[in-house]
Amino acid sequence: MAMIAPRTSRDEIDATPLAALDVSDPKHFVDGTMHAYFERLRREAPVHYCKESVFGPYWSITKYHDIMAVDANHKAFSSEPAITLLDPPSDKVLPMFIAMDQPKHDEQRKAVSPIVAPGNLANLEGLIRKRVIDIIESLPVNETFNWVERVSIELTTQMLATLFNFPFEDRRLLTHWSDVATARPVTVEQWEYRETELSKCLEYFVRLWNERVNASPTFDLVSMLAHAPATRNMPPREYLGNLILLIVGGNDTTRNSITGGLYFLNQNPCEYDKLRANPGVISNMVSEIIRYQTPLAYMRRLAQTDVVIRGQRIRAGDKVAMWYVSGNRDSDVIPDADRFWIDRPNARQHLSFGFGIHRCVGNRLGEMQIRILWEEILKRYPTVEVVGEPTRVPSSFVNGYLTLPVRISR
Amino acid sequence: MPKVYFIEFSGTKHEVSIPEGTALMRAAVGHGVPGIDGDCGGQCACATCHVLVEPEWLEQTGTKTEMETSMLDFADSTQNISRLACQIALTQAFEGMTVRMPDGQH
Repeated sequence: MAMIAPRTSRDEIDATPLAALDVSDPKHFVDGTMHAYFERLRREAPVHYCKESVFGPYWSITKYHDIMAVDANHKAFSSEPAITLLDPPSDKVLPMFIAMDQPKHDEQRKAVSPIVAPGNLANLEGLIRKRVIDIIESLPVNETFNWVERVSIELTTQMLATLFNFPFEDRRLLTHWSDVATARPVTVEQWEYRETELSKCLEYFVRLWNERVNASPTFDLVSMLAHAPATRNMPPREYLGNLILLIVGGNDTTRNSITGGLYFLNQNPCEYDKLRANPGVISNMVSEIIRYQTPLAYMRRLAQTDVVIRGQRIRAGDKVAMWYVSGNRDSDVIPDADRFWIDRPNARQHLSFGFGIHRCVGNRLGEMQIRILWEEILKRYPTVEVVGEPTRVPSSFVNGYLTLPVRISR
Repeated sequence: MPKVYFIEFSGTKHEVSIPEGTALMRAAVGHGVPGIDGDCGGQCACATCHVLVEPEWLEQTGTKTEMETSMLDFADSTQNISRLACQIALTQAFEGMTVRMPDGQH
């Protein structure tokens, strides 16, 4: 399949006054032109102030090393009260450990991190492989279907249900709550819908909590939260916040890398050939997919003191977006960064998991799911053909796909 | 060119000779020692180069920064002899040092 040119031309992007560039506008992600905008910011204004956006004023950090420096400096750049640019009304804030600073962040993170410790990942590998095989062997042949729905969502939602020990037959509720939590409410009605749906999520999970808090500890996320000293006395809203964090973290990220990977291989037939010729490259390819997709486009921080980066003074109280999706295409650090290159040297050195104390806790699990998926696909289907363009999530935070039409021919 | 030894959790030993001034993490990655990834490129920001330093060499490696302590806090199987290999710059004085890899480090 040929690459389709972005609908907004480079000239049009260059004609926009620099001060008016707003990379947080979801429309750039819906039409797939965001990389061209970020390329201009990296070139002309790598530390860029956007005065007006739907999220209010914010800074954009777009170069690899600057992002690394901000991410690793958790004292000057706070993760509270939120890690997206959206500032919810004060009664709608969801406290969660990714949006907390030390020491509370560390205590709560440690309550759940054993679920993705190396020993447990080894235990999960067989189960994941069995599920992958079930999912891909039930795919239709000789007809077009939506890869996002049949594979990406199904695999990651099954995984999530296992980690929570969530009733398997109800698992699509997890997908639903993930989608609700990451959508951006604008109207009062939309905020109310969000609150209603999330309160159903809380209600469901309070039931699970109550079952498990009085039982002996088991190795699932709900039991771990209910028993760990750092989390067992959380107020309900904080329980909900942490649930949403774990649901989104385990859902939207891997889901979109699974879809993105297939899309990129179809756009780059030589790379697909390389993969078929040498499945040993899969582990390296997984890192390259996660870089190239960057399923969470940015994380937001709040400056605690004045900080000067590249001559620009970020003031205490300013919002700062670290655009991982841009740093991952910074050719000063990543050679030929716009190229999808499955056997790329140093493929692991991407920004998609973040760096510093908030680095993705489940990164190895995400990588493992994508690796096993590709190992099993290659054994069965030499080609999964993308037969149309994807539709994309209307968000500048979740960089992902709603649909990707594909076909397996026999 | 100090010579140092990496011992995998399985017991496999790797002998690595490296120029002075190189970080221990770079030495491992450059010689393909399994279990040391160095995803952040040596910025003390990913904890994927966790090593256990033989006690007699621990003092030689210096003190941990606050950031290193924070990052190690999230690594698995840490002990009081844990360090991040990217934070140890090698000099001739490290000749013969041995470090071990913790269980399960990717």
